[in-house]
Amino acid sequence: MSVVSRGFRGRGRDGGVKLPPGQYLEHGFPVLQAGPTPPVNTATWSFTVTTEAGDTSRLDWRQFTALPAEDITVDIHCVTQWSKLGTGWRGVSVDTLLDGIATSAAYVMARSYGGYTTNMPLADLRDGKAWVAYEYEGRPLPPEHGGPARLLVPHLYFWKSAKWVTGLDLMPHDRHGFWEELGYHDYGDPWREQRYQGD
Amino acid sequence: MARAAVPGRLSWRVATVKETRDETATARTLLLDVPGWPGHLPGQHVAVKLTAPDGYAAQRDYSIAGAPEDGRLELTVQRQDDGEVSSYLAGVAEPGDQFEVRGPIGGWFAWPPADPRPLLLLAGGSGIVPLMSMIRTHAQANSQVPVRLIYSARTPADVIYATELAERERVSPLTVTHLYTRTAPVTAVIPPAPPAPRVFAGRLNAKVLAATAFPPSANPAIFVCGPSGFVETASALLVAAGHPPGTIKTERFGPT
Repeated sequence: MSVVSRGFRGRGRDGGVKLPPGQYLEHGFPVLQAGPTPPVNTATWSFTVTTEAGDTSRLDWRQFTALPAEDITVDIHCVTQWSKLGTGWRGVSVDTLLDGIATSAAYVMARSYGGYTTNMPLADLRDGKAWVAYEYEGRPLPPEHGGPARLLVPHLYFWKSAKWVTGLDLMPHDRHGFWEELGYHDYGDPWREQRYQGD
Repeated sequence: MARAAVPGRLSWRVATVKETRDETATARTLLLDVPGWPGHLPGQHVAVKLTAPDGYAAQRDYSIAGAPEDGRLELTVQRQDDGEVSSYLAGVAEPGDQFEVRGPIGGWFAWPPADPRPLLLLAGGSGIVPLMSMIRTHAQANSQVPVRLIYSARTPADVIYATELAERERVSPLTVTHLYTRTAPVTAVIPPAPPAPRVFAGRLNAKVLAATAFPPSANPAIFVCGPSGFVETASALLVAAGHPPGTIKTERFGPT
């Protein structure tokens, strides 16, 4: 079912750029978050991976930024319908962060300073598909965009790219994170327009 | 913290414009008939999809302005200069025109009318819209919890719902503080014999907040909505004043 809106022509069809369904091209960088920006100090920052057996491995900021980093240029897609193309980041691949960690977990919960959480299959963070990023366009990642470090999972809607990330909990079974509990999609593939549960 | 889950699948519904009302030179309210619309919690938003004759479609999210009502929906849309959808909704659409809506969306930035805490609302520009839904729902539910609204706009002419806010202030436990960031206010805007100054020139700061907001000891539920810069400033001031971050819910629009 689709009704035509009288008098609506629409703008240019975004110059032939192929965007996921329902998205529009944004040139700024909107900020979306549920509450105040939490103060996160790199002097006390830590990143902890917890396995399904309860084993933990922890990095402080110095150890984290000493890991091999990659420059990444990716398109990002927000569930609030904007897409931004060719964004430049620098960060550590999640493959590197999980290196040497024994797990058979199928899912992961990303945890952030301030209490935010988001869930996804662990496979979506592996094989060069996800990073913990700490620079944006050549500068330290600003706090309102998730600095000092955020998860970057560009092939899923951007709420999965948890700002102020401080850890990954590996889980044998899927559980809902913050927005997922509120009705947002468990997986969130923008190309299949998986915005809300049932999509 | 209590959360309202959004169960089931959200489907697109046809909305028919029943009435439009200009609120300011650039903001327009649309009253919509939406058969099957289930109502909403104040603060939630809706996706709007416009379709052109050639099948091209554009969709955006808009905050709901009205109190919940089955089958009816009220939006207020601020026209953006290059806004593909807002320029249609707040410029072209007339009674009888149709588009599609999907929602309600978002169960976090939402105020349940049974919440017994005082309600503190901070609006920047058209960020007033979802907060107005809360104020209207507060009245609809005959809630007696005190409400304070701090509303920052560029000039008095940019204030949306000015008349209605003044009237609701008279008849309900609502107090409104206006901030004008671009123009000093005209004296006529100042309410007669206010208990404290409630019209300020300039941007929100710690002094104005301390003079007009509930203190942390009152344990208010806090909602902040507006452009990103306003929300960042306001929420930082609230945290600095001693409000626990977990009591502050934010919604932002616009790029940084």
